[in-house]
Amino acid sequence: MSAIPFRGWGVELQRLEHVPPPTPEEQQALGRVWGHLRPEERVGRRDLLLPALWAVQEARGWISYPAAAAICRELGLPLADVYGVASFYALLATEPRPRRMIHLCDDIVCMLRGAEALAQILHRHLGDPLEVPAHGETYGQRSLPDGTKSPEGSLPRVGWSRSPCLGQCERGAAALVGESMLLGLTPESLGERVRAWLRGEEGPAEATLPPTHLGWKGEGTPLLLARCGRISPTSLEDYRALGGYQGLQRALAIGPEATIQEVERSGLIGRGGAAFPTGRKWALAAREAPPRYVVCNADESEPGTFKDRVLLEKDPFSVIEGLTIAGYAVGAERGYIYVRGEYPEAYRTVVQALEAARAAGYLGSRILGTHFSFDIEVRRGAGAYVCGEETALFNSIEGFRGEPRNRPPFPTQVGLFRRPTAINNVETLACVPPVLARGGEWYAHLGTERSKGTKLVCVSGHVARPGVYEVPFGVPVRTVVEDLAGGVPAGGRVQAVLCGGAAGTFLLPEELDTPLAVEALQAVGAALGSGALVVFDERTDLWAVVERIARFFRDESCGQCVPCRVGTQRQLELVEELRRGGGRADPHLRGLLEELAQVMRDASICGLGQLAANAVLSSLRFLGRMP
Amino acid sequence: MTREVQAPLVTVEVDDQRVEIPEASTLLQAIRAAGKDVPTLCYHPVLEPIGVCRVCVVEVEGSRTLVPACIRRVEPGMRVRTETPRVELSRRMVVELLQTSVDTSLAPDVQRYAAEYGARPERWQPFAREGFRTRRAPKVDNDLYVRDLDRCILCYRCVRACGEEGQSSFAIAVAGRGLGARIDPGFDLPLPDSACVFCGNCLAVCPTEALVPKTQFEMRRAGTWDERRQQVVTTTCPYCGVGCKLNLHVQDNRIVKVTAPLEDPITRGFLCVKGRFGWTYVHAGTASGPGSEAEPSTPAGTL
Ligand SMILES: Cc1cc2nc3c(=O)[nH]c(=O)nc-3n(C[C@H](O)[C@H](O)[C@H](O)COP(=O)(O)O)c2cc1C
Ligand code: SF4
Ligand code: SF4
Ligand code: SF4
Ligand code: FES
Ligand code: FES
Repeated sequence: MSAIPFRGWGVELQRLEHVPPPTPEEQQALGRVWGHLRPEERVGRRDLLLPALWAVQEARGWISYPAAAAICRELGLPLADVYGVASFYALLATEPRPRRMIHLCDDIVCMLRGAEALAQILHRHLGDPLEVPAHGETYGQRSLPDGTKSPEGSLPRVGWSRSPCLGQCERGAAALVGESMLLGLTPESLGERVRAWLRGEEGPAEATLPPTHLGWKGEGTPLLLARCGRISPTSLEDYRALGGYQGLQRALAIGPEATIQEVERSGLIGRGGAAFPTGRKWALAAREAPPRYVVCNADESEPGTFKDRVLLEKDPFSVIEGLTIAGYAVGAERGYIYVRGEYPEAYRTVVQALEAARAAGYLGSRILGTHFSFDIEVRRGAGAYVCGEETALFNSIEGFRGEPRNRPPFPTQVGLFRRPTAINNVETLACVPPVLARGGEWYAHLGTERSKGTKLVCVSGHVARPGVYEVPFGVPVRTVVEDLAGGVPAGGRVQAVLCGGAAGTFLLPEELDTPLAVEALQAVGAALGSGALVVFDERTDLWAVVERIARFFRDESCGQCVPCRVGTQRQLELVEELRRGGGRADPHLRGLLEELAQVMRDASICGLGQLAANAVLSSLRFLGRMP
Repeated sequence: MTREVQAPLVTVEVDDQRVEIPEASTLLQAIRAAGKDVPTLCYHPVLEPIGVCRVCVVEVEGSRTLVPACIRRVEPGMRVRTETPRVELSRRMVVELLQTSVDTSLAPDVQRYAAEYGARPERWQPFAREGFRTRRAPKVDNDLYVRDLDRCILCYRCVRACGEEGQSSFAIAVAGRGLGARIDPGFDLPLPDSACVFCGNCLAVCPTEALVPKTQFEMRRAGTWDERRQQVVTTTCPYCGVGCKLNLHVQDNRIVKVTAPLEDPITRGFLCVKGRFGWTYVHAGTASGPGSEAEPSTPAGTL
């Protein structure tokens, strides 16, 4: 080893060398991560930590001490750090756990589809759920369903845990098992499968998948959905035949500055939640010193949101082209796509599409014969909502714990690898090729004054046709919920619509004529957020929904700052107490909750804590009134 | 923190008072330059600020949220308010939240701020059931220091002192997340099996006695630890040629603890195992430091 990664490395290495070697399967898995890198080139490549942890997790079903020690030796990292990172993610295990893990979604949409009944089935067959490492010390010390503790040999074949939203809300109830997703689950289908697995069989072949409805209405549509479902997603020919790569060609023809100007002229605002003008973000990054990076945020984990998954699975080149244009405009040579760990299908599709783009000269050196060289790497998250927060995402890629950073400095100044970075949401980037191909001016006449263009809306819950719908900004919520998604199925009425996911706001039936636009939603105290509309009919126990939301934030807090780490737990307890009290909003409890909400909003480091009380508070508007 | 003498000055307003301060200073420095102060917990003078505890928040005009004073840099014309009801609400609640989640009885700073801001942790008690407190048993796995993580407020100071800003051993880090986050040497290893060299620098910066010399821990348990009866004697460490300055804390004619003055430019409060714990030999007459003998081994059950 040539380099000394840190002063205490000698002591650490001496110790690590006494740890037994990893198993051959772990070793092979790591070998694939190191690839062609020579040993001395691995030291300092901390960004390979998460891929390495993923590799051994998949090879053995958990991350053993010898495997972690091997990773430390190769990358020159202290064991405490490697463990700190591994134990951060819900999909990584640092204790032996069953090879086959069922991550059952019990979040706000799947719960409307009987997730609790499914949980009972799993409980009956498999015992208590394993807790995610987030919950700390009890994990791994609890006994397994058969009464034994940890040793791998006596592990049951199948285990399960509860999961936050898996981004499959339109076709739930959903469960993630290894690299595949179980969809449209019923107690019967799940029970049958689990019994087969327990017998050591593979279980019934995949039944027909519930559909993802796609639709659109209004001027300019379909723009983002134009190709979805009509092309073979990884066929570059198909993509080009329907207008693909015209945006990049135009950008390369007009130059980086004019490309940024075109995006500024379009009025495009970010679709990841903060609604920041994309052109301005690029301009800010472009004026900083190179090297610069561009990043696609595909961590989509906001409950009720699945549009980015649909884009990545059905039209991945549009996102790749968008990121390539971003790279060109900003002056980056490298881009990253960070795909949520729970999206194996999207991940596979993106990897294939990137290979095709590279083979055809749309990525790599001297793209399309110009001086522009650019390539894209894909990284997988490993189960952490907070990693969708841009600075947490950088830390995650860099191999640190997915903890958000204090700002300023902003990502455009100090971002990925501490370099200037433009990070955008999947949908934002998919908007970019048409903006370039058809011009910013054309794009800017779609939508409203402050919200330009078209928007993908994820509609789920109690509607006839849950799915992804594209509308120009300014269309009323009601149009999307009733006309496009078919409204509440016969006989039901809307009780409330959760707009913007767990970090969002409940809209009441009388507010459904609010236009879907930044300014109009703001006026009623709401925000479009990630573009999720979850519809609840009048029979829904909304307290259960609100409690699940409070639990979501408690589970997903990174733990860094006090208002969020402890505050989300206290919020959950207050909601539980309010619910126990029959839903009457006891003024004392309510006061405490409002105080807590203000402190979480005011004093938390990142948006997770700042928005953690949003939905809860907005539910009190009407839940407090109920007898 | 050393700053360039000629650094250009920036003017900011702290509670209506104008302060000129070198650019790249923090709001905390500006506030102190104005003769005011704000509470701090994760901030430590010899470590880089990380801004995680949020007890130091202030109002900055034009900012949507409150701003942590310890880490935010001054900008020309910034107007800062350190004593508004909004600020006080946040500070009080941060303290309350800490008090309701861990045992802060030996954390003097937390106690002081609790009194100052009128924290009433008991108002949470009736509603908080499971998860109200994270209960963790003290880990006593070596002769030099105890990890009583039930007292840990997760200020990250120890992690930083063990890392590149201090010892550079990187023996401990934060593991888990959310309420489950905790200080851990990896796989919950006992410290003698970890990379820890027992310099005790983590204890030196810990504000809560979550990391505490074993003597102090045991004397507390026995009820014999009494800071009022302790005297501090300054001396020079006899073990090597560096000559670190030591503060010997003496109670009833026995050394009960060794620290190093933060102001000392050589140590910045950091010592090695000999300086920090060598005094035990003075009384015990043995010379076996676990740091040097630690045999790497494998924790049972993880292989
Ligand atoms: C807790 C949290 C989670 C987030 N998750 C996502 C996400 O999954 N996808 C996303 O695009 N943006 C997410 N964001 C917003 C990002 O921080 C960032 O604003 C966005 O990626 C910027 O892209 P845009 O300008 O294209 O919207 C999240 C923010 C927070 C605070
Ligand atoms: S607000 Fe929550 S998620 Fe964000 S940094 Fe603080 S603890 Fe972590
Ligand atoms: S005693 Fe020293 S080496 Fe051990 S954890 Fe504390 S700071 Fe790190
Ligand atoms: S052990 Fe002490 S120094 Fe370390 S994080 Fe906890 S309270 Fe802070
Ligand atoms: S997939 Fe279950 S709630 Fe979204
Ligand atoms: S002292 Fe500023 S955030 Fe902790």
